[in-house]
Amino acid sequence: MSFDRWIALVILSISLIYSYAAFFTMDHLLPPFMQRNPVWPSTFPKILGILSIIVSSSIILGLEKNKHKNNGTEIDYRRIFDYNLGPAIFLVIMMALYAITLRPLGFFISTITFLAVSGYVLGERKIIILFFVAASASFIIWYLVEQVLGIYLRPLPTIF
Amino acid sequence: MLEGLLIGLETAFSLKNLFMVVGGCIIGTFIGMLPGLGPMSIIAIMIPVAITLGDPAAALILLAGVYYGAIFGGSTSSILLNAPGVAGTVATSFDGYPMAKAGMAGKALTIAAISSFAGGTIGAILLMIFAPALSSVALFFHSAEYFALMIVGLSAIAAFAGTGQVSKAILMTLLGLMMATVGEGALYNMPRFTMGLMDLQSGFSFITLAMAIFALPEAIFLVLNPARASHSESNKIENLRITKEEAKSIAPVIGRQSVQGFFIGVLPGAGATIASFLGYAVERNIAPAHEKKDFGKGSIKGLAAPETANNAACTGSFVPLLTLGIPGSGTTAILLGALIALNVSPGPRLMTDEPQIFWAVIISMYIGNLILLILNLPLIPYIAKILTIPRTFLIPFILFFTLMGSYIGQNNATELLILVGLGVCATIMRLANYPMAPLLIGFILGQMLEDNFSRSMQLYDGINFIMERPMTMVLLFLAAFLVILPYLRLAKSKKAS
Repeated sequence: MSFDRWIALVILSISLIYSYAAFFTMDHLLPPFMQRNPVWPSTFPKILGILSIIVSSSIILGLEKNKHKNNGTEIDYRRIFDYNLGPAIFLVIMMALYAITLRPLGFFISTITFLAVSGYVLGERKIIILFFVAASASFIIWYLVEQVLGIYLRPLPTIF
Repeated sequence: MLEGLLIGLETAFSLKNLFMVVGGCIIGTFIGMLPGLGPMSIIAIMIPVAITLGDPAAALILLAGVYYGAIFGGSTSSILLNAPGVAGTVATSFDGYPMAKAGMAGKALTIAAISSFAGGTIGAILLMIFAPALSSVALFFHSAEYFALMIVGLSAIAAFAGTGQVSKAILMTLLGLMMATVGEGALYNMPRFTMGLMDLQSGFSFITLAMAIFALPEAIFLVLNPARASHSESNKIENLRITKEEAKSIAPVIGRQSVQGFFIGVLPGAGATIASFLGYAVERNIAPAHEKKDFGKGSIKGLAAPETANNAACTGSFVPLLTLGIPGSGTTAILLGALIALNVSPGPRLMTDEPQIFWAVIISMYIGNLILLILNLPLIPYIAKILTIPRTFLIPFILFFTLMGSYIGQNNATELLILVGLGVCATIMRLANYPMAPLLIGFILGQMLEDNFSRSMQLYDGINFIMERPMTMVLLFLAAFLVILPYLRLAKSKKAS
């Protein structure tokens, strides 16, 4: 089974769960006066659920033929290990870590670490320049966000 | 109309808004030049800044400037590096890059700039003519017609999807609509599909979703395939002049493609990509035999046609956005999201209720095009220096701005985890060739579609509104036809072969 059909299978599963919630769980919470309405909060989701089950099933069953052998994207998933997969996964993990550490470590430490480590992983070896660029960019962005846009960004760790 | 136009002129020519349009054009050109970053990603990154301005006119003017700048910047990287930033500028590289390789990079950039300017300006004139006319018709629309019109818009996206992509485009639209139902809807005031999570109580954030499905996958693709961001063979930009004969030769092309591109841009789902390819194909087909052989080898007509068409289409795409409140493309969907975030409801009443926004945006299009011509063209050799930024610095910054954009929009660290999760899912889907723009359009239209559907159901006590309002029925038939159109085309081509 091709990759796009696996994706369609995942979406079909999501659609089934979504439809189950729309058909069997949502209407219990409905107050009696709303039950006389021709349209309920679950009406639109029910329609969407059914339609997405039909469309995702049609992709899984291959009802619409795609003549192109190449899947049309610039990255061929069949040769995914030939690409820079390691650094890409590492950067995704770095982003998740940035999200987790932004508040407890503060903006400066988490941002400088994120920018410097990401640059290093991508092959930058001029450590001093990398650190200098990361630090100055962090300060400029912090100043713009906090002082110009007026959005609070905790600059230092919580203990300070 | 004249009064509105004057208010728009006053708004657009205020110092703040002039600064916005100049800034937007320059930022858009800078970032749009970076291979892999299209207007959608750039506008998504700029939205938090625009929303923070608090002034809808200034915000939309800034974002429109960024949009034009990004298209112009994308053309520059297509010409100089054969690395189109977006699909809409792919056709530009067919003749632009061979010209650059032949030592005519400056001339190619001038032709691109003049064509873009003419396409954008003629498009803005057509917009001034057609938008008020469409607005006055749309004033007669009720919620039933709006519901049907949105269904037509969503169906058209599927109709214009490529071969083998129709089901995927429909599925992505449905997924976007499903995501829009998460959270507490305004109409029912009860949480839906939140799974008990407080962070989903207000639904998915539009900014986070836009960042996750456009900017983040682009950055991950740049990491996966470093060749995409290599800028080693930048061509030298010297002579920017074009001759009188060359100007005469491209003038009719510009005229034709401005009009054609504009009307293609008006169609939901068509947009700049189809306009540029169609413009290129039309001009190649009607060119005399001795000029036809130059297409693909550095023809100035081959360069002028897609450049004019894609800019005119960009302007055309504002017609359904400003008059009906229906985005025809991913980019206008992002702009619509920004307007909603600023408490502005685009639609037929926008022209009368908020003329300062409606007309200021149209006038800023003229200003933006002029700025791109007179400011960017002489600066291009310097702006092109951005292409020399190493990817080791570029990619972390793209990721950082994506994260910051989402964080600033919501001021919530959990939003960043949602961004990363959605971004990874979007990257995987893009690897499987699922189109992402329909998802965002579905998400943006979801709430409005459901509101209009529910209102019509309540007014007509059920589904009767389809039968009782002929216009609704006609529009729904049109939508059904648009959905089956690609299959009919396929069946016809099978029969022919």
